[in-house]
Amino acid sequence: MNGNGDGPVVVAADVARRYGQGETAVDALRGVSVEIERARLTAVMGPSGSGKSTLMHILAGLDKPTSGTVAVAGTEITTLGDNELTKLRRRHIGFVFQFFNLLPMLNARENITLPLTISGEKPEDGWVDKIVGDVGLSDRLSHRPSELSGGQQQRVAIARALVSKPTVLFADEPTGNLDSTTGNEILELLRRSVDDYGQTMVMVTHDARAAAMAHRVLFLADGQIVRELGECNAHRILEVLEEIAA
Amino acid sequence: MTRFAIRGLLSRKLRTALTALAIVLGVAMISGTYVLTDSIDQAFDRIFTDIRQGSNAVISGKSAFDLSEGSGVTEPTFDEALLEDLRGLSGVEDAEGSVDSDATQLIGDDGKAVVYGGAPNLGFSIANPDSRFNPLTLVNGEWPGANEIIVDKETAAKEDFEVGETIGVQAEGPVQRLAISGIMQFSSGLTIGGATLAGFDLPTAQRLMRKEGRLDEIAVASKPGVTDPELVREIQAILPDGTQVQGVGQQVESDAEETNEFITFLQTFLLAFGGIALFVGSFVIANSLSITIAQRTRELATLRMLGASRRQVLGSIILEALVVGIVASLVGLFLGLALAKGLFRLFDLVGFTLPNTGLVFETRTIVVALLAGILVTLGASLRPAIRATRVPPVAAVREGATLPPGRFARLRGVGALLMAVGGFAALAYGIFADGLDTTTILIWMGLGTLLVFLGVALFSSRLVRPLAHVLGWPATKMGGAAGSLARDNARRNPQRTASTAAALMIGLALVTLVATLASGIIVSFKSSVNDLFTGDYAITAQNNFSPIPIDAAEAAAMAPGVTVVGNVRTGEALRNGEAGFITAVDPGTQEVIDLDWTEGPEDTISTLGDDGAFVDDGWAEDNDAGVGSSVEVTFPNGSSKTFEIEGIFDPPSGGSPFGAVTISAAAFDAEVPQPRNLYSFLKMEGGATDENQAALDAALADFPNAKAQSREGFIDNQISGLSSILNILYVLLALSIVVSLFGIVNTLVLTVFERTREIGMLRAIGMTRRQIRRMIRHESVITALIGAAIGIVLGIALAALLIYRVDFLVFSFPTLQVVIFVIAAIAVGILAAVFPARRAAKLDPLRAIAYE
Repeated sequence: MNGNGDGPVVVAADVARRYGQGETAVDALRGVSVEIERARLTAVMGPSGSGKSTLMHILAGLDKPTSGTVAVAGTEITTLGDNELTKLRRRHIGFVFQFFNLLPMLNARENITLPLTISGEKPEDGWVDKIVGDVGLSDRLSHRPSELSGGQQQRVAIARALVSKPTVLFADEPTGNLDSTTGNEILELLRRSVDDYGQTMVMVTHDARAAAMAHRVLFLADGQIVRELGECNAHRILEVLEEIAA
Repeated sequence: MTRFAIRGLLSRKLRTALTALAIVLGVAMISGTYVLTDSIDQAFDRIFTDIRQGSNAVISGKSAFDLSEGSGVTEPTFDEALLEDLRGLSGVEDAEGSVDSDATQLIGDDGKAVVYGGAPNLGFSIANPDSRFNPLTLVNGEWPGANEIIVDKETAAKEDFEVGETIGVQAEGPVQRLAISGIMQFSSGLTIGGATLAGFDLPTAQRLMRKEGRLDEIAVASKPGVTDPELVREIQAILPDGTQVQGVGQQVESDAEETNEFITFLQTFLLAFGGIALFVGSFVIANSLSITIAQRTRELATLRMLGASRRQVLGSIILEALVVGIVASLVGLFLGLALAKGLFRLFDLVGFTLPNTGLVFETRTIVVALLAGILVTLGASLRPAIRATRVPPVAAVREGATLPPGRFARLRGVGALLMAVGGFAALAYGIFADGLDTTTILIWMGLGTLLVFLGVALFSSRLVRPLAHVLGWPATKMGGAAGSLARDNARRNPQRTASTAAALMIGLALVTLVATLASGIIVSFKSSVNDLFTGDYAITAQNNFSPIPIDAAEAAAMAPGVTVVGNVRTGEALRNGEAGFITAVDPGTQEVIDLDWTEGPEDTISTLGDDGAFVDDGWAEDNDAGVGSSVEVTFPNGSSKTFEIEGIFDPPSGGSPFGAVTISAAAFDAEVPQPRNLYSFLKMEGGATDENQAALDAALADFPNAKAQSREGFIDNQISGLSSILNILYVLLALSIVVSLFGIVNTLVLTVFERTREIGMLRAIGMTRRQIRRMIRHESVITALIGAAIGIVLGIALAALLIYRVDFLVFSFPTLQVVIFVIAAIAVGILAAVFPARRAAKLDPLRAIAYE
């Protein structure tokens, strides 16, 4: 139900991104090629400055590569204008933020349905209620963000990202602002939405436990993909990170 | 998205309210002005209609050309024999004649003329109190007989006049003592606030007003079945020259003409200040919206991430502005009602009571006030709204993302400068171009000023850093660390500081403009009096500018010690067919006025004779006239005389007492039945002394409207009239300064909110609450001073431009006023900081750091 056909949902080929010019230029990405597979949770790991955030921004159409191509659901996005990118975001992209980014003046339900409000769509019957039930917010819907705990706020944000059934959901350090217990609950919720709804998801994180929830872990260093692991435990991930650092 | 916009506003109640206030005041001024002037208008309409009740047509004197309203020159009288002729007409049921004067002064118990504010002193005859034409009702006593007077209830109450009491009355001749026969009021109960009403029987009125055997008006009622047009046609057939007849409707309109002109002027005048306040308010709105949007960058970026288009973001900001505009305009609309009430009371306090038949709230008031408020708010929100659409979605995930500069950001300084220069050019065109009519001139000047203000406001962000450096220097000395931080804070976001200061800049530019013009007028006037006036005393009306009956000067001439009297009469006439003022002098003027003659002999004034004239050089140039050429003067009575030009003078920069064309008093008096002096200048043995002053005061005792003043007294008195006008202007401009004060409060509140963490950090490393308050206060004062510095310079530049154009003004720097304005700006800064500083000082250092 997400995207068309069976091939990868996001395809990046030889993506490079350079910030600034001349002497002070910084190469954040130096030729990254990656395919994000349907209905899988892909984690992107790497030390600070490895380019993992830049990669996610470019895959999500938030930033443009200096060279290389990115296709989302079969559409080349690096050449799109603002209006087309807006449409792309409405139909294909969901986002979960480190700082939740809920709108403080709207209550939980309004925040969750905001993407539909913006695109002027009617939610499918029962879909919103199902998501709300699955993320465990049924009794918190009329609360404002300021009346919710951090974990509850992130649940609202996840429900908001799922509500429009995006082709791919990007999660940017989704546990970075939560304590470890709450963080684990959120990670399980994310993994469940991949398993239960077939949601494709890309998660950027520097937390090995978070990466351990993924089907596949990509390791970035100095703007390049240096390693790739399938499903594995946190211990193995930490080892690889240390190898990269060394 | 609608919900998002509205909820957003509700969640920012304080700043929304502060922002809205900026518009509320301007709208209130507009709606208040309309309510006030509509109410006055309605009241006067009632009064003028009441006065003509019972009449079907009115006959009045008609001058040979249209006289300007309110100059004190009245239509000529006509022979009272016309009344009998009219009564003989077949369509006429009834007719009564009357005389009137709007300078019939009553003398109070203190011996002074009773005058309230600038209101007129109306005197009139009541030929037949029982006739249908009498709009008055007796309150007390009897209608007046010979040598009696009846006064209105309001005046009687204010002055403690009682029936049977004898009071002084002065119209054309010296004061007469008349017994009060009764007290009256309009049958409708309306009062013309401030005006005094005095009624007499016809012969007494004719004698007092020097109109023996003459009438000003005849009121006519028609027989049943005769229509007004039929009546007018029948009357027209027998009317002599110098008279006219009008149906009652038309007559009421011409009665109201002068009042309507005044009301229209008052309306335009007050609306202009409402407009200025709104203009200033638009800066405040634009600024607070910009700041709010900068603070909501992450929120707006999140919306974009969730799929909102630029158009939706634009829409949501515009919608917010629309809601603010509507609410603020509605509040302003009703505040205007209260303001109108307040203004009625204010006018009452300053002695110029306005008639009032209840507040009039017209649909037009609602429409204009709401539209103005809403459109200004929307207009001001456009730029911030467009900026908001440039918030990139990636700002939702990046800490501290800032707005990208616009495509034309680099050209902004140049664009602003071009705008200011263009504004000055438009202004200069309006001021200097020849052959434009008044409306066109005003449009060019208005447009030019608007562009200048906008251009300077936009450009001023470039001036903020250097200005803050200089103007903030005292703060660093006085405020220590807090002062230095304040200076740095004022400089760190020049655009924000600039647009906050811009609102104050406009108000200060305008008050400086006014002060500089006033200073120029005063200096020019003083130097001109000193250049021209070689006498010892001047006689003028109590109000310093109304022409007064010549009997006063004649009485003064009889005072012991008077050696020379020079009178300057004034009136209206056609000069070579063009309507305007003329003046007339008697030979004595030669010895009290020293003119600079460019052509003709030095003693031209004393040798004019019956057919000589002198003109000023401007008129001579415009009319291609020289000594020896002639000028044809047509008087209001219709007769024309040709005068030979014997001299041409160059008036000093402050102006002269003379009109463009001046003839001899003898020639003037021959054609004008009731000549009046604008000024009389005297020389006395021993010059200006207390004794001479006493002698003149005694001689003028019967002319309470006249006063004798020494040269210094004359100058001071003429200037004092100007200062009351100045005070009104300052009060009205203060409104826009109050609006800009709200602007500073608003910016500071938002800034404090934005710097919560920073302030917490300062507190954590040992800054006291006092120091925090001081820091905010100094920043506020520096901002206000930046506005003051730019505004004062701009105001002086604008004034210099105007003064350069006007021949009779010289530039004079209003030092004292500028010092006062600077102090006022500092006061505004301190006042604006009170609330934000308290909020900042209250921040809990721990929570401030933990924020977010």
